[in-house]
Amino acid sequence: MTVAATSWIFAALVSQRVGVIAVAVLICVVIFELIRRKHLMERYAILWLTLGLTLLVLAGWKGLLTMLSEAAGIYYPPAALFAVAFLFVLALLLHFSIVLSRLSDQNKILAQRLALLQQRLEERESKQGSEKEDRPAVHESSRAS
Amino acid sequence: MNRHLAIVPAYNEAEAIASTIAAIHRWAPDFDIVVIDDGSTDRTAELATAAGATVLQMPYNLGIGGAMQAGYVYAKENGYEVAVQVDGDGQHDPRQIKDLLECLEANPGLNMVTGSRFLDPDGEGYRSSAARRMGIRVFARVLSAITGQKVTDPTSGFRLTDRRGIELFANDYPIDYPEVEAIVLMHTHRLRSREIPVVMGPRLTGESAISKPQSAYYMVKVLLAVFVALFRKRPVREAAPTFPATTEGAR
Repeated sequence: MTVAATSWIFAALVSQRVGVIAVAVLICVVIFELIRRKHLMERYAILWLTLGLTLLVLAGWKGLLTMLSEAAGIYYPPAALFAVAFLFVLALLLHFSIVLSRLSDQNKILAQRLALLQQRLEERESKQGSEKEDRPAVHESSRAS
Repeated sequence: MNRHLAIVPAYNEAEAIASTIAAIHRWAPDFDIVVIDDGSTDRTAELATAAGATVLQMPYNLGIGGAMQAGYVYAKENGYEVAVQVDGDGQHDPRQIKDLLECLEANPGLNMVTGSRFLDPDGEGYRSSAARRMGIRVFARVLSAITGQKVTDPTSGFRLTDRRGIELFANDYPIDYPEVEAIVLMHTHRLRSREIPVVMGPRLTGESAISKPQSAYYMVKVLLAVFVALFRKRPVREAAPTFPATTEGAR
């Protein structure tokens, strides 16, 4: 391999690392800002922050990524970085599906409860209404007292 | 107040709901009626109230499972001993409610009686389209194998349950396309069910909850749910072959 080719690969690796670091920092800043503005609850932000911080650590500490990718049998370290990021995104999506399932279940229970309460309220109101018609005098006196 | 309740799910059934309620009043006078208006955009709720039924109005369309479950919660909280599902579109014949009830009362230890279209091989009445019958047969095979007892009409929504069934369904009921899964649910909780032959009519109004493009999704979803349900724990304490009719075990 020529010297020129080696240095070209090195430059590409460096620029990719810089790019990844920038993306990781951006993720962390955006998440932080969203939490600060209360657009994102902490419990759902933790996975995102973990993603950003992991990317940051792996991109910054080059030896760690090389070590990990060698252990995993991946020859091109940045590929390992993206693989890790991809797995995180998968975990996030699964997390969202779980949250969505729970929310729709809770939503169903709320809708049922609302309908049951509404029926009970209407029943009571119609009963009171008919009592009022039957005995207007009693109603008047109770209001006066 | 009666101890028996008819749960009538209805979604845009304004044309049929009044006659269904009148028929239940006439042929099953011991039954109170609660209509579950599942977010109808027509006058279903108004007409049902006028016909003398209690109406639970869902704030939006929950789907048949969520609507039915609301009916079971209503039955549970108002202390009903028996609940029967009757479709609001005229498919189920209220004259046969008493057959379902007689079967339940004649067999102590039985928790649910289902009206089956296919039990009498020479029977008459509406039996769905050919494609649907094939799907129904697949479910029937699978459920028969799982429950160890012959199931012929797993998608029939014409069902009568006792207090334990009411409590179970109030607590846990499948969300969409619930009939098939409910049978597995009964089996998982060691409640007993039986089928008796009934005659069903074609629906008078409205549309089936299952349209053609949804059929494939329906098959896959229900089979997945049934498969997963096989791996749920079955409570052992309910396993006694003849249990006394207490409410203690169901809580």
